[in-house]
Amino acid sequence: MTGWRHWLRPGDSVVVVLGALVCVWSALAMWRGGAPDSALIRAGGTLVAEVALTRAQMVEVEGPLGTTRIEIAPGRARVASDPGPRQYCVRQGWLERAGAVAICAPNEVSLMLTGRGADYDSLNY
Amino acid sequence: MTPSTIELVPAAEDRRIARHAAAAIVLTVAEAAIPLPLPGVKPGLANIVTLVVLARWGWREAVWVALLRVFAGSLLLGQFLAPGFFLSLSGAIASLLVLGLAMHLPQRWFGPVSHSILAAFAHIGAQLVVARLWLVPHDGVFYLMPVFAAAAVVFGLGNGLVAARLLHELGRGSEPAEKNPER
Repeated sequence: MTGWRHWLRPGDSVVVVLGALVCVWSALAMWRGGAPDSALIRAGGTLVAEVALTRAQMVEVEGPLGTTRIEIAPGRARVASDPGPRQYCVRQGWLERAGAVAICAPNEVSLMLTGRGADYDSLNY
Repeated sequence: MTPSTIELVPAAEDRRIARHAAAAIVLTVAEAAIPLPLPGVKPGLANIVTLVVLARWGWREAVWVALLRVFAGSLLLGQFLAPGFFLSLSGAIASLLVLGLAMHLPQRWFGPVSHSILAAFAHIGAQLVVARLWLVPHDGVFYLMPVFAAAAVVFGLGNGLVAARLLHELGRGSEPAEKNPER
């Protein structure tokens, strides 16, 4: 095997390494199953915001009971606070997979993550 | 009255192209007998011949050899004008274009291995584009990209090393190693 190294010129090694990097990069880019790209925020059934999951920010949505605050972070999102009585959507915590949904039914607000390779095509309730 | 038969006299260059193309075709056919886990992932041994011809006789002859190999190889394998034929043709054209550029890289630093890997990437790139536009009109084909890229590196490296060694052996042999009008 060592004999074959004799046939590599200095730049060839660089090309081999670059090629290997392309492999790693494409595997990371193509095979990140279930990683979400953006969050869809709905109020009363209509889409009020589509936010990319790139930087941290707060989104406030008005519903019949008051304001639902949605926290966006890189790669994940959650309902930070909600005026609903049982707080199911808040207690769901961070949503981290494409297709994950948090529904604050009393305040008619929902948060859904979208991305390639989502676990579900659609959810109905 | 002069005889009307047209006589085609093959030049030395024609014979050389035919000889190299024949070697490439043999490798293509032999390679088709190797069972492979994934369609499209294959060593591409015939490209060793293309690399050697490129280094010794220039780009124009390499184009002849590679395209003759694609056409004759597909005829022999019953693939002519089938989807696989267009995939290899597009891959061959793309890699020949890249080889045309790569051969002008500094010789001291970049040898047949670089040429081979760059051409292999051009090959899979063109094939993926053709497959995406025509055969599988869905982004799902790119899901296989890491596999193809890994094959390009591994087989590109292997073919390049074999070509480099062959070039060295041939350089010591009887045939002259110059005759490169482009350079």
